[in-house]
Amino acid sequence: MITFKSQEDFNNMDKAGTIVATIHSELQEASTPGTSLIKLDELAKDIVIKSGSTSSFLGYRGYPAYICASPNDVIVHGIPGNYILEEGDILSIDVGVSVNGYHADAALTYGIGEITDENQKLIKLTKDALYAGIKLVKDGQKLGTIGNKIEKIGKKGSYGVVKEYVGHGIGLEMHEDPQVPNYGKKNQGFTLKKGMAICIEPMFNMGSEQTKVDDDEWTVRTFDGSNSAHWEHTIGIMDDEVRIFTEK
Amino acid sequence: MVEKEKNIIKVQGTVTETLPNASFKVELESGAEILAHVSGKMRMRYIRILPGDMVDMEVSPYDPTRGRITWRHK
Repeated sequence: MITFKSQEDFNNMDKAGTIVATIHSELQEASTPGTSLIKLDELAKDIVIKSGSTSSFLGYRGYPAYICASPNDVIVHGIPGNYILEEGDILSIDVGVSVNGYHADAALTYGIGEITDENQKLIKLTKDALYAGIKLVKDGQKLGTIGNKIEKIGKKGSYGVVKEYVGHGIGLEMHEDPQVPNYGKKNQGFTLKKGMAICIEPMFNMGSEQTKVDDDEWTVRTFDGSNSAHWEHTIGIMDDEVRIFTEK
Repeated sequence: MVEKEKNIIKVQGTVTETLPNASFKVELESGAEILAHVSGKMRMRYIRILPGDMVDMEVSPYDPTRGRITWRHK
């Protein structure tokens, strides 16, 4: 189902987005070699509780944590466990909260300590792809045009562009229609309209685009063990502007 | 959190060519040609695919020229 949001609804998404951005900022600062992923989840939990917001992830289809913590070859949905961060790792954190029922969802990838040039380039290009996609968001735009742009950037870097997992509409539910793939044909597909909000989330793999899922039925990894980066923002098409709710 | 892609069409075809990187050219009954790769699940089971094999594929409406092979018929 696609939902159209009023200014008031968007205001709640904006509030949720601010909390998400705060969590990301705190977690990034705390992500040093020697820190466990569980610790990061606990930090996120503290902020969610203090802010009076609700975690979008905890309990979602049985998901057991406040954040997704996906190091190195984990693409998305890493359940924060006892893994201890090491110098040279790359880590993707995904966070979602809701305020007055309205959700915001964002993810970023960064290096732990010093990382290789290769990893730095992967992270940067994935982020660039997200922002290139966001730039195209407007009333009347086709999702195929956005997906096409994102895929082109990934291909240019010779990265595997993940196709099995996609972005999504967002509002009263974390996942709403439409699905937002990171590939597509220009001027084809779903048409964006004012009042809609979507999450664009490119995932680029250093190697092949193929994925596999761990036995825990959540953790998605690259099939060939290569590193993967993931970036996401929640974007609202408001009356007079297109706003990134999760960037502050 | 990401969503799993859901608007997937299931099709059947015959493998016509093997390409590098576990990719294949597959021809559908309609005559359309799909560039397909093997799904992660199948690769984990080391299932070999050869020209002439009939396979099931998942194809996305967002890019109908590419597919993911999910089953090889005996």
